[in-house]
Parts: sequence; C-alpha cells; structure tokens
Amino acid sequence: MPAADATAPGALAIEALTVALPPGADRPLALRNVSLRLAPGEILCVVGESGSGKSVMATAVMGLLAPGLRIVSGRILLSGTDLASLSEEGLRRVRGRRVAMVFQEPMTALNPLMTVGAQLAEMWRTHTDLAGAEIAARSLEALREVALPDPEGALRAFPHELSGGQRQRAMIAMALALEPEALICDEPTTALDVTTQAQVLALVRDLQRRRGTAVLFITHDFGVVAEIADRVAVMQRGVLVEEGPVSRVLTAPAHDYTRRLLAAVPPLRAPPARRLGSEAALEVRGLSKTYGAAGLFRRRRATRALDDVSLTLRRGTTLGVVGESGSGKSTLARCVVGLLAADGGEIRVAGAPLPRKRAEAAGLVQMVFQDPYASLNPRRRAGEQVAQGPVAAGVPRAEAVARTRELFALVGLDPAAVSRFPHEFSGGQRQRIGIARALAMRPQVLVADEPVSALDVSVQAQVLELLRDLRARLGLSTLFITHDLRVAAQVCDEVAVMRNGAVVEAGPVAEVFARPRHDYTRSLLAAVPGREAPGLGDGPPPSMVAAAGARPAGE
Amino acid sequence: MRAWRLYARSPAALLGALLVLAVAAMGLAAPLLYPDDPLGLAGRPLQWPGDNPRFPLGTDPSGRDIAAQIFHGARVSLLIGFAATLIAVAIGIAVGALAGFYGGAADTALMRVTEAFQTLPNFLLLLLLVAVFGSDLRTITVGIGAVSWPPVARLTRAEFLSLRTREFTQAARLQGLGDAHLILREVLPNALPPVLVYASVVMAVSILLESALSFLQLSDPNVPSWGNLIGLGRNVLRTEWFVSAIPGVAILLTILGVSLVGQGLNDALNPRLAGR
Amino acid sequence: MRVLLLALRRLGASIPTLLLILAGLFLLLQLAPGDTVDALMAQMGGGDAALAAELRRFYGLDLPVMARLGDYLWRLVRLDLGFSAIYGKPVATVILERLPATLLLMTASLSFAFAAGMALGVLAARRVNRWPDTLISTLGLVFYATPSFWFGLMAIVVFSVHLQWLPAGGFGDVAMGYTGWEAALDIAWHLVLPTLTLGLIFLAIYLRIMRASMLEVLSLDFVRTARAKGLTETRVVARHVLRNALLPMVTLIGLQAGTMLGGSVVVESVFALPGLGRLAYESVVQRDLNTLLGIVFVSALLVIAVNFVVDLLYARLDPRILSGR
Repeated sequence: MPAADATAPGALAIEALTVALPPGADRPLALRNVSLRLAPGEILCVVGESGSGKSVMATAVMGLLAPGLRIVSGRILLSGTDLASLSEEGLRRVRGRRVAMVFQEPMTALNPLMTVGAQLAEMWRTHTDLAGAEIAARSLEALREVALPDPEGALRAFPHELSGGQRQRAMIAMALALEPEALICDEPTTALDVTTQAQVLALVRDLQRRRGTAVLFITHDFGVVAEIADRVAVMQRGVLVEEGPVSRVLTAPAHDYTRRLLAAVPPLRAPPARRLGSEAALEVRGLSKTYGAAGLFRRRRATRALDDVSLTLRRGTTLGVVGESGSGKSTLARCVVGLLAADGGEIRVAGAPLPRKRAEAAGLVQMVFQDPYASLNPRRRAGEQVAQGPVAAGVPRAEAVARTRELFALVGLDPAAVSRFPHEFSGGQRQRIGIARALAMRPQVLVADEPVSALDVSVQAQVLELLRDLRARLGLSTLFITHDLRVAAQVCDEVAVMRNGAVVEAGPVAEVFARPRHDYTRSLLAAVPGREAPGLGDGPPPSMVAAAGARPAGE
Repeated sequence: MRAWRLYARSPAALLGALLVLAVAAMGLAAPLLYPDDPLGLAGRPLQWPGDNPRFPLGTDPSGRDIAAQIFHGARVSLLIGFAATLIAVAIGIAVGALAGFYGGAADTALMRVTEAFQTLPNFLLLLLLVAVFGSDLRTITVGIGAVSWPPVARLTRAEFLSLRTREFTQAARLQGLGDAHLILREVLPNALPPVLVYASVVMAVSILLESALSFLQLSDPNVPSWGNLIGLGRNVLRTEWFVSAIPGVAILLTILGVSLVGQGLNDALNPRLAGR
Repeated sequence: MRVLLLALRRLGASIPTLLLILAGLFLLLQLAPGDTVDALMAQMGGGDAALAAELRRFYGLDLPVMARLGDYLWRLVRLDLGFSAIYGKPVATVILERLPATLLLMTASLSFAFAAGMALGVLAARRVNRWPDTLISTLGLVFYATPSFWFGLMAIVVFSVHLQWLPAGGFGDVAMGYTGWEAALDIAWHLVLPTLTLGLIFLAIYLRIMRASMLEVLSLDFVRTARAKGLTETRVVARHVLRNALLPMVTLIGLQAGTMLGGSVVVESVFALPGLGRLAYESVVQRDLNTLLGIVFVSALLVIAVNFVVDLLYARLDPRILSGR
C-alpha cells in the first residue's frame, strides 16, 4: 500500500497525534502517538472497543474535542493544512466546508425545533454567499441525492417526523452538502436496524465513489468493516496497534489484539444441531397486545405490538426471537415474564398457565435484562439484590446468602464480591450478576432480552459462552431475544423471526439461516454486514474465553 | 462519607453550612443571652445601634431590644422553616410516590389535587387558612407545610415514574417482591437525592412565607419574629430605617445559607451535574 | 388552529381542577368560626338570635352542606361572588376595581424577570465558571434570599427618601390630575419600584433556570452537529441553543403564576397599591371571608388563563407537542 502524500489535495494525515485526558481519568492519554494516512477517495475504517479512543480521534480532527481533552502534540493535515494549529476561527471555516462529520445518534443529532430544510440550508448560509432560492434548490438536490422518499416534504419536516434511517440520510446530505475533502463517520449506523444499516452503508459507499471523498469511518463492528472499508486501522486503549488493507487484516491479522477481536465475532453459521427433546417448557398461544387506546383528551394511534403470536420453547433448549426494532420481540419478552399483561392468548409454563401473582410466577420465569448499568440498583449491594428474591420466597436468609455465593462462583465472579456495590463491577460482570439474580429463583424458563447487545464484542463472547455453558450444566430453557443474527446463530437451538408483531418464520436455527423460506428472513440475513467476508465467521467458535467458574480475563 | 467529601470541597457549600449553623447557634443561645422576654420593654425607644452599649443593635419603636428579638427570632424562623419543610416533604413524597408508582386512576386523582393546590396562589391560600383557623404558631407551621408540598409531589412523581420502569425495579418485581419493598427499597432510595435537594428550596420558601405573614402582622403576635420587626419598622422608615433593615439582613443571610447548603447537596449528590 | 385546539383541550382539562378547588374552599369555610350572618350582625352592632335565624334562612344558610355547595357553585357559574358586607358592594365589583393594578404589576414584573433572567442566564452560561458567571450566580443567590417586602422598604429608603428619584407608593398622583399619556407615564413611574420588588425573586429563579437549561442544551448532540457544520458560536447559540433552552423557562411561567399573585399581596401592601393583593390583605384583617374567597377564585381563574397562554406559547415553540410526542 503506497502511503498517501500528506500534502496531496483531499488527503487527511494524522501525524503522531497525542491527546490528553483530564486528570483523574482511567488513563492519562486518550490517544498516544497515533499516525494515520487517508488518501483521497479512500474509506479507512478505525475499529476498536469502547474506550479505545477511536471517537476521540474523530472529534480531534473536527476540532470538537470534549471539554477537558486537549491535543498535546502531533499534527492533523488536511490537504497540507495543519488543523491542529489553526485558530478557533480558522477551524470553524474548515468545519463543514472541507471536513464534515456524521454522528452516531440520528435521533438526537438534529435540532428538534428546526425543520430539516432550515438545518440543511445553514451549510450554504454559513460558508457561501448563495441567494436563498439557490440554497433551496441545492437543499432539495442534496436530499434527492441521499434517496430520501419525498425530498420536498422532508425539507419542510421536523426531525421527529422522520424515521431514524431517514434522519441519518438527512445528516449525510448535510455533511456532503459542500463537497468536503474528507468525511468523518462516527458509528453512523450503530443505532440503526440491520436492513436500514445496509442501505445507509451502501449510500455512503456510493456517494463516496461518485465524489472521491476521503472517508474516515469509525466503528466497533467488523462486519461493517468488511462491508465498507478499503483499509482498516485497529485501536486499543489509545494506541494504533495495526493498520492495513481490509482483505489482509481480516484474513491474516498481525496483532494479537486484532486476532482476539476477530475471533470474538460470532459466525453467522450455526453449529451442528443438538438433539432436542419434545417436552415444552414454555408455550405461547395466540398472544396479542395492542398499545395506545384513545384517551379522553388524547388521540393516539393504536399499534399492534403482538399479533396472534404462538411459540414453543422446549425444555433444556434455547429459542431465539429475532427481529428489528418495533417487531414486538421485547413486548413478547415482557408479556412472557408477566411484566406486561397481554390482551389475548395464553402463556403456559411447564404445562400450567402463568400465575397472575408475582410471588407465584417468580419461581417459574425470570429475566436477564439488556442494560447492565440500569439493571442493578446502584444503592444496594450486589449480593443483596440476588438474595432478596429467594428470601421473599421463604428461603432462610443464611441459606439464601450461601446460595448467592455459589451462584457468583457459577457465573464466574468472585464469591467475596457479594458485598460490593454495582459501580465496582464492569459491564460484563454486571451482566453476570443479572444472570445470577435470575438463576437464584431456580426458574423453569429464563427470558434473556438482548443480554449482550450493550457489551463490547470480546465481553459479549464471554457472556455468550457462559450462557451456553449454563444451558449444558443446568439444562436451562431460555427464550433469547436479540436483534443480532450472529448472536442468535451461536446460542440458539431454534429461532423465530418476528416482524410487525407477528412470527413470520420459525424452525431450527441452522435450517432457517441456511434455507430461509420467508422473504423477510432472507432480507434480514442479506443485510447482516460482512456475511460473505473471509475471516468473519469462518474461524472456530470463540474458544479463548475462560471456562465458566474461573474469573474471565479482560473484563 | 463520599458525599460529605464532595460537599466539603465547595467553599460556597461550607459557607452555607456555617451560616445555617450560626443561625441555629443564635437560636439556641437566645434563652441564655437574653433570658428576659424579648417582647418586653427594655429601654428608651428608637435608640440607634451603637448609641447605647446595652443595645448593640438599638431598640424598636416600642423600646424593645432589637438584638434580643433577632436572637429569639432565629429560633422561630428555623423552627417554623424546619417543621413546615418536614410536613411539606412528607406529604409531597407520599402523594408523589403513590401517584408515580401506581399510575392510572390513582395518579390522575392525586395529580388533580396537586394541580388544584398549584393553581391557588400559595400565599393567598395561607392567608385564607390564617383567616379561618387563626394565627397561632402551630397553625401557621402546618399551614405553610400544607401549601408548600405540591412541587415536592411533582418532583417525587417524576422520579418514581422513571424509576419504576427501570430495569432493576422490574427485576425485583420479577423476583416476587411486594409493592412495599419496591417502593421503599428499590425506588425511594434512588428518588430521594433530588427531593432532599429540593427540600432546601422548600425550607427557604417556608421561612420567607412566615416572615411575609408576620410582616403583615398576621402571624402569632406573642412570638418574636424577624418579619414582625420589619413590619414595626415601617412606621419609622423615613428616619429610623435600621429597625427594618437589621432583621431583613438576618432573613437574607439565613435563606442564603439554606440555599447554599441546597446547592452543595446538589453538587455532592449528583456529581454529574456539578457546577450547574 | 391545531395549536389553539390543543390549548383549548388543556383548558378543558382544568375544569375538574377548578371544581375541586371550589369544593375544597367551600368546605374549608364551613370550618371557619362564624359565617356571613355573624359578620353582618357584627356590622349592625349585634342583634338577637331570632333575627340571626331569620337571616340564615334568608341567605339559605340553614340548608344541608351539599345543597349549599351546589348553590354556591351555581352562583359562581353566573359570576355571582356574593356580597361584601365590609365594602357594601358585590364582591365581583370590588374585585374588578382592584384587578387592573394587579394585572399591570404582574405583567410588568413577569416581563422584567423573564427578560433580565434570560439575558443574565445566557451570559452566565456562556462564561460558565468564569468571573461573569460567578458574579451573576452570586447575585442570583442573593436576590433569591432577599425577602421582597424588605427589599421594597429599603428601596423606598434609598430611592424615595434619600435620593427622591421615585415615588414611595400609590398608583399615580391623583392630585396632579393627569390625563391620557401623562397619566399612563405617571402610573408607570409609580410602578418602577413595585415591579423591581416583585420581580426580584423571579429574576433570580429565571436566571438560574436559564443558565442550567443553556448548559444542558449546550451539551446536547445537535449542538455538536451545529458546531461541526462550522457555524459561528454566536449563531450556534442564537439559532440552536436559545430556543431549546427557552422551553423550561416557558413552563416555569405557568408554574410560577400563582406564586407571583401571592407575592403581590405583600408588595402591594408595601407600596400602597390598590390591587387584588392588598384587597386580600384587607379582607383578612377585616375578616371579610366572602371577598377573600372571591379573590382566591379569581386568582385561580387568572392562573388558569396564564397557563392557557403558556400552552399556546409552548406549542408554537415546540413542533413536537402537536404530534403528541
């Protein structure tokens, strides 16, 4: 790979960039001596887990470092101009015109009180002397180019009137409005559904090709890397550990950390099927749920969250429920554990209807939640939160405490950690506590609602391994809700695909993923980023994870 | 302990604590330093501060020692402020917790009542209560508490609304724990910090309400009070303005102290928002 | 049009609240020692029990509580607030005479507090944790801690007694016989000190909220987007931050309307303004419960009206309101 000339027009070069964190942070430097070159017309993906400094790099290039962070040394050259040495006013002139940025959260990145058109027009108003009519024409053209349906309507629309994917298209239109030399994308598709993500990635790729823009693309997802990158740079705790063409890095990673990251990406192909029993742990029959009835003073459109859903979870197996946001999968989970009352249908656990009474249902179904930071009470000790359930069910306190310590060991935590508060644990460890809390009730059915989607990929692999191991050791029956088909392929025996509140297809996971019968399943699978990439999902199942019972490394 | 260290880091918060402690000390010391009735005749009326070493803060139009009234007034102000705050916070938390936790019809009913109280100007309502029930100290304290709880209820309700659907509350619900446990052990401890911070606002408002009432001579006439003294000074405002000025400074410093303590608590309990 | 509809719907929702208030007040008055007849008798200089019973029958006071509550509500619907024995006029007339002064004072104070609070809040937020912020925030704390009646008295001492710049009280110089613009100017002149006095604590509140709201909005994602577009800091604040930061301020107007009316009681007494607040004070002193009740009722209506306007304003500022999100 010939290094791009740092002074060539359209090239972005980061030279020996060091950025300091505020005193008291977990490490002194956010970025240490990072050098990168981005040629015109090239997409460079920067990959790393949370805390790797990849977003700091993006904001440093834009001159928008968060308060407290500062550039200690190094240069950021855009077509030969050193952005790091520009004055605030000089930087302002560059921002938006010569280097633009697309952010992660489309829902919050636009001003809720201004129309999309007005926000788009600001690009020209700020950087050019064009007349109003000309700006309006160009705004419309820009929205057309990002393939928004009804671009005229979108100009007049307020952000809340557009979907997440549409907003992200508007953001891209805004970023590319003045044909900048370099575009920085900071996880632009992370908050989007998988099919929308595929469309937005294709759009970025297409526009970049047509215009020859240099794109610095920040992501945590190797699948996205495989889809879009020309070259890849891997970051770990503020240090650039590896850089190279995407085909080489994915297939023959040179650095150990890259190898570990790649190994942690779950393959989309399911392992060979196990023999499944026929006894049902959970039966859902004709379940329906509608949200939002018309009130006296409020009119709301009713949404059918669950539409005649029927499922069977066999004893000792894992049933995956996959779908995009709004498919009803989380509503299903909440109904099954009794947090939400269904409008119609039946839920049977171990052959009997799910009792209405909380205390009676507690021993039958339990739940593992998505957000490891919200699922533990910050003001109470971890062990107490696990033991309180059995105590409420009548188990003597001493026995409940002893059981909690055993469970901590079982999920790979130090039994002595029962007396610690939640903030003393990492995200992965908290998720283990959540699992221990659910297991403490010895439930017939465990419902896991996106239990790994908030975790970094290596931690995710460890938690998935733990769930697999628990299934083998305890014969757990699990209803596993996930949006991630790769995850589903790894932990589920069977899978049900949901869309608009209905199950469109169900069956053994290997079969559904290899020979999808429903169009929607096919489009979901086709949208999984990097599904055909060599190096992703071809390796053996992640095995570098510590065996359950031992304390996992890397958390 | 961590909260105290965070609190003590701010000089403003320490100043606030110092002011409140000083006022409390004045109130405690009042019976020792001025054992006589502060509302009794002490000397020639309207002596300027410094004129007579017996009356460092001068005397009022009725010849009563202003310093004695300031010291005894501290007691009354803090006592009423504290008791009324306790009442308002207790009612507010109870109403807000039930409304926020149960939602639905209970929420609608309780919030209607809260709205009704907020639609009525609180000082007018207080006047009405005084007109109906009289103006002894206990009535006034309860009255101030009874008109000050709605903001506490709204705040508590908002916290409960968001915390009751938080995952840890749902997890406890799934563990089969009862509502009492959910409210008292899971939600309330997390809802309390902002409410505690707001209690300082309630206390400041309570002290202001009491002083306004007594300024209008509608408070208990048998109790020495700063507002009362300011009201008495009105008639001699053009010449002996010190009679009104001195107790006003006392009120100002007390409320300043309470507000600073509140701000310090806020920064200590919600470190993320420090400096806001 | 949809904005108006929405606000009207909210207005409709306040009717049960109003009913609740009225029922509550009526029942509260049942607890009061003495009734209208007692007040009348006292006015007449006493009378015998037979006359009292006769009067009670005449006023319908011998009926059961619920019947009287219904009667009371029905009279209120026709805006009949009863008769003030003290003033010798219908309560509605007495209140209408006093309303303009209070409305003027409130509008002036609110405008002053809102405008100054907003400006100072923006200034403080733009210089957060530097000396202008420290100065403004400290001033805010001191203003907040200052009892309004005391501030009013001290302002009289300084500006009226010593400097003789501004009048010490009253609602205009009747003796001067001004008309037209001159009269308006004279009233404005007399309202300067009361406006400052009543507005001071609200200025402190608004400035604190505006500062916090600005800081909150400044940390939001879309502000980062605006900066990434290369907008000048002034434009970022003017176009993106300010309007978003104003939303909590507007909400606060509605929440504080009642408190402000309450505050006018004290301020009007200090400056001898012939307003509703002073009327409330007088009727407490003279135990004219009928008038006091009427004032509380009218105040509630005023607060509801202010909230109606606030709803309209809010819906204009925030397009999300109309789509129900």
